[in-house]
Amino acid sequence: MAAGQVLQHIIARTQNELLAEWLATQTADGATRTDLMKASELREQSREFLALLQEAARSGSLENPTGGAWAPVYEFLAGISRSRAIQGFSPAETATFVFSLKQPLFTRLRREITDAQALADELWATSVLLDKLGLYTTEMFQKTREEVIARQQQELLELSTPVVNLWKDILALPLIGTLDSARTQVVMESLLQKIVETGAAIAIIDITGVPTVDTLVAQHLLKTVAAARLMGADCIISGIRPQIAQTIVHLGVDLGSVSTKATLADAFLVALKRTQSSLPKGLSG
Amino acid sequence: MDRIPILKMGPFLLVTIQVDMHDQLALQLQDDLTGRIVAVKARGVLIDISSLEIVDSFIGRMISNIAGMARILDAETVVVGMQPAVAITLVELGLSLEGVRTALNVDKGMALLQKSLEDPEVEQ
Repeated sequence: MAAGQVLQHIIARTQNELLAEWLATQTADGATRTDLMKASELREQSREFLALLQEAARSGSLENPTGGAWAPVYEFLAGISRSRAIQGFSPAETATFVFSLKQPLFTRLRREITDAQALADELWATSVLLDKLGLYTTEMFQKTREEVIARQQQELLELSTPVVNLWKDILALPLIGTLDSARTQVVMESLLQKIVETGAAIAIIDITGVPTVDTLVAQHLLKTVAAARLMGADCIISGIRPQIAQTIVHLGVDLGSVSTKATLADAFLVALKRTQSSLPKGLSG
Repeated sequence: MDRIPILKMGPFLLVTIQVDMHDQLALQLQDDLTGRIVAVKARGVLIDISSLEIVDSFIGRMISNIAGMARILDAETVVVGMQPAVAITLVELGLSLEGVRTALNVDKGMALLQKSLEDPEVEQ
């Protein structure tokens, strides 16, 4: 009997016992999380997986479980890996879902096959198959997590660049977190857009929340200041921490053309004075 | 041939660029403007580029040149209404138009010119 046939027969004949035993093994191996998933749901998933496995073992090859017959199995595993990644399972718990099937299956294979040589072959083939499927769940799990991270990064990018209207004609841009090229581009565009919308004369860029400044970041800041100036708005950079001031000077970045203030409050005061004095007579008040 | 109109407003000249600038047009503007400054003894030039959506390095340099020429002819130049995309492009091109004064809109640009006229000693 071919390897796939034995497996398929075992699953077909002892489906309910196998399912019960497998569920018990899953619990014993710590793959179940009753806080995250109901027992009935797990039971349903396990039953479906067994049915798909049986179907695939019947029509496909066990040695090379990649063909069309195995596609539904992989698809199912991808589905549960994805949902478990989102539910908060650990990768080990997700992979154990597949690996815990080994013990009940092997027990039955031992009972079924008496010839030692044939048993060894069969065990090996089944083991390799389950390993592949288990690794696949880990891979899909990882992929889902990476997608989540990428999405959160995108959301963070959108969240982290608010331009605040502090006063008439004064905007503030509190920057928080590490600045990279992509983020600085978003910062620059949103600041310039806001300048057009509000007609602000002064923009305060507060970098209290920026942990490090390297030459690239400094250059980006200078570009933002230059672009704002081209549109007719002045920029003040505030909140430069002592370490950052040291870094900027050591790097040889020339911030001489930009007015800098120690705190946002100081910058605001200067901005207030400047807007008041630059208002033409008759328009003030 | 297209020409960019140059309007006289009191002691100032107002140039509103409402078409896409091409090189020939920019050169023509440079000629016309310098001529007009001398002819009407203008004290300030206001260039409104709020409708300008595309700039290249040549146009960027022309704006800077025009400002330089006007200054030699004793007229202050203010560039107003630059679009964000244009500002980013000029900065990326390395043209930050040092020495050209800027304002957000025509109103503020006029106020700036008026102020420099009242108080010629004040340099920003």
